[in-house]
Amino acid sequence: MAEVIFFIAAIGAVAGALGTVLLRNAFHSVLSLVCHLIALAALFLLLRAEFVAAAQVIVYAGAVMVLYVFVVAYIGGGDRPLAGPAGPGLKVLSALFAGVLFAELTIALVGSGLSALESEGAPYEPGFGSPSQIGGLFLTKFLIAFEIASILLLVAAVGAVILARRRSGLEDPREVSVADVMRGRHGTLTDAPPETMLEAGGPPRR
Amino acid sequence: MNLTWYLVASALIFSAGAGGILVRRNPLVILLCLELMLNAANLALVAFARAHGNADGQVFALIVMVVAACEVAVGLGLIVAIFRRRLPIDVDELRELQG
Repeated sequence: MAEVIFFIAAIGAVAGALGTVLLRNAFHSVLSLVCHLIALAALFLLLRAEFVAAAQVIVYAGAVMVLYVFVVAYIGGGDRPLAGPAGPGLKVLSALFAGVLFAELTIALVGSGLSALESEGAPYEPGFGSPSQIGGLFLTKFLIAFEIASILLLVAAVGAVILARRRSGLEDPREVSVADVMRGRHGTLTDAPPETMLEAGGPPRR
Repeated sequence: MNLTWYLVASALIFSAGAGGILVRRNPLVILLCLELMLNAANLALVAFARAHGNADGQVFALIVMVVAACEVAVGLGLIVAIFRRRLPIDVDELRELQG
């Protein structure tokens, strides 16, 4: 039974991965990745990682993919492919690289001779991979990693807000490119002396 | 089920993601392919955790998911900023840093 579920989930995961790479439309790629993530959660369940599987479905397939869908809808990846095809030479070379990478990884894994890999793993103990065990590890053995991860999340959230906020300080946002700003062709906020403390601190309201 | 099968599936997903990063030019899809590679690493970590009967690998997988979420947030913020400046959403056109 486990074999049947494994092959269904593994085929789903690999097909989702290939769909993500090969589909022309960015929106279809995102949906394909959702299928891949759900199949991967089934594989995690087979490996007795209940909590990781639940987090995968809730955090990844839920929250992160919603973010992707919103951004794809915002920048309009729906009706046309955003980028043309790469050159045929590059495509063949990339496929060749991926194939060679797969062969190398497989040889390294199978040739490692680890006896644990030929078995079904260590004998199952009740409670392995349960939320209580993971939580206990996070709060005792991996406390520093846990705290650093929370700081990283905070920094990333603040950084994303700062990156994606609407800027009105540039003269004409339609024609400004980064190179022009670097060459000083377009005035930025710092060129004009600030009138008030409010303007010095943020973009002027127009 | 031999754990080797899980690792082979992980290798297959990882190479698909690596090939996708090389082929695709849309930064959104490149981010998706990065997710694929991180997920393949997660699958290998969980498989090794099962092999050892030790949950440390699962904790590592969860931390990898946190880092992936941060990467997605910052990457999507960058893409939205690029779009707001009316620059082309294409990694071959965005070469002002001489990349």
